[in-house]
Amino acid sequence: MKRFNPAYSFLYILWIVLFVIAPLVLIVYQSFFDISGHLTLANYQAYFGSGTYLKMTLNSIWYALLITLLTLLISYPTAYWLNQTKNKQLWLLLIILPTWINLLLKAYAFIGILSQNGSVNHFLTFVGIGPQQLLFTNASFIFVAAYIEIPFMILPIFNAIDELNPSFVNASRDLGATNWQTFSKVIFPLTINGVKAGVQAVFIPSLSLFMLTRLIGGNKVITLGTAIEEHFLVTQNWGMGSTIGVVLIVAMVIIMFVTGERRKKGRKGE
Amino acid sequence: MANTIISFEAVDKRYGDTIALNDINFELEQGKFYTLLGPSGCGKTTILRILAGFTSATSGEIKFKGQKINNLPANKRKVNTVFQDYALFPHLNVFDNVAFGLSLRKVPKAEIRQRVLEALRLVQLTGYDDREIAELSGGQQQRVAIARAIVNEPEVLLLDEPLSALDAKLRTAMQVELRQLQRRLGITFLFVTHDQGEALAMSDEIFVMNNGKILQQGNPVDIYDEPINHFVADFIGESNIVKGKMVKDYLVSFVGKEFECADAGMRPDEPVEIVLRPEDLVLTDVTKGKLTVTVDTQVFRGNIYEIMSHDSANNQWLIHAVHKATIGQKVGISFGPEDVHVMRFGESEEEFDARLETYEGEEE
Repeated sequence: MKRFNPAYSFLYILWIVLFVIAPLVLIVYQSFFDISGHLTLANYQAYFGSGTYLKMTLNSIWYALLITLLTLLISYPTAYWLNQTKNKQLWLLLIILPTWINLLLKAYAFIGILSQNGSVNHFLTFVGIGPQQLLFTNASFIFVAAYIEIPFMILPIFNAIDELNPSFVNASRDLGATNWQTFSKVIFPLTINGVKAGVQAVFIPSLSLFMLTRLIGGNKVITLGTAIEEHFLVTQNWGMGSTIGVVLIVAMVIIMFVTGERRKKGRKGE
Repeated sequence: MANTIISFEAVDKRYGDTIALNDINFELEQGKFYTLLGPSGCGKTTILRILAGFTSATSGEIKFKGQKINNLPANKRKVNTVFQDYALFPHLNVFDNVAFGLSLRKVPKAEIRQRVLEALRLVQLTGYDDREIAELSGGQQQRVAIARAIVNEPEVLLLDEPLSALDAKLRTAMQVELRQLQRRLGITFLFVTHDQGEALAMSDEIFVMNNGKILQQGNPVDIYDEPINHFVADFIGESNIVKGKMVKDYLVSFVGKEFECADAGMRPDEPVEIVLRPEDLVLTDVTKGKLTVTVDTQVFRGNIYEIMSHDSANNQWLIHAVHKATIGQKVGISFGPEDVHVMRFGESEEEFDARLETYEGEEE
């Protein structure tokens, strides 16, 4: 057996305490104070009592859902196709490559592409459709968000498909399944864990996107992320910002639980 | 042949420059147990994959009941496969795994249920239908894989080394069960293995393969008794192989002596190889023996003693003896003319069969 070195676990514990546990405690702590520093439950009352915050929450969930769905629809076939190619690691790398570029830079690049004088509108004018309002629309927000999230969805799905034993596919074909039946009855159910991991990696960050809502969505879409930013930076109401943060954390835990792996029950009714 | 169900005609398979199969020709008849036997990498699994439709032949024709099926997709072929790693779907339980093929074909629910339970009964897994795959032992998974294939009532069942993952005792038991199952179902089995004992125990007909070629085809007794060349003799069972010379019909010389044999039809003084099976060699006194050898080692195997010895010309002789010998002692070994198997160099299976017919006809 390898000798256990307590120094390594010390670093790990230090990291967890400083960067995971302490911020969590601070957020929960802050959420019980109002703007003038009095201990109160008013923030939670405001959150669950006002239509604005609930609407914002639903809005966030709705857009996160749309983004996740769009990402999944694009990513699954892509990951599947990547697995069939000869140099799959190279193609995968090309898809991962954009994630190395700063998010803000990519957002600015899209402003350039989608703006009134951007390349897309140049093209639309060229083919005779004429310039359209592309930037600051809900569609452009979802499109750019999906673009940014796609690598995080493709990676886990790609790995799940890559690990799939090819003899399952052969067995399915052998038993008379068409390509589509093989996909829906064997390949997809056996790679569902990759899909779940991808959904976690996309849905949860999408709940709190704020920069894109501003730069690409033109602040028409107000998500919880935007609200937190406003409370901390503009209104300076840290308590309310923290309360929304707590709600987001709870939402994440729920998502993790729903998409997490559960042991299949041994006995299934016929 | 009237009952030919599968035939391969001049089938080649190449992967780039490597030749996986070289001019494969054979026919399978309805209701027999066939075995493709050979070392790993000899092409036996490739034949199975071509037959199942997972890969295609580079050239040649594959026929099913006289119809060319080269381009028929795997899901349209009336063959089913039992995979080496079983390939049971881990997200489905035993019942759903076995029912997979039937439910694809929209068989009524009640009929599916009845046929699945019947298939599970055949492989002696009654009552296991609601188990998860992960809960089963290797032997049980293997039976589920067989049940999943036979429930579709295929005309040919392909088995790709299905027993290789089992322990020795279970493997022997499954050999008997598979053979019985094949007889009961009356369908053609094509079994792939590298285990010669398995092949001899189960098959009606064996194809011995090496380097992408079928070297010899025949029933187990013929293959064991009349191996066509050095490779087959060595691969099937244990053998003592020595170089010799065919003096004339029914007389062969090796290790400096002449012996009677049962083979004929060769050129006088043709160089040949002689096969003597260890169990055909009988230990006796030096004076009575046809050969004199010195015992080197002796291993007790339970039912026999496995004796390694050498003669004066330093040829190794393996003997399976019922009685003990003494290490270092000189002993005689005797054998009958029927025990001397003569192999010519480079003789093809057709030439071999033709030669056998010429002199076996004379005897009658």
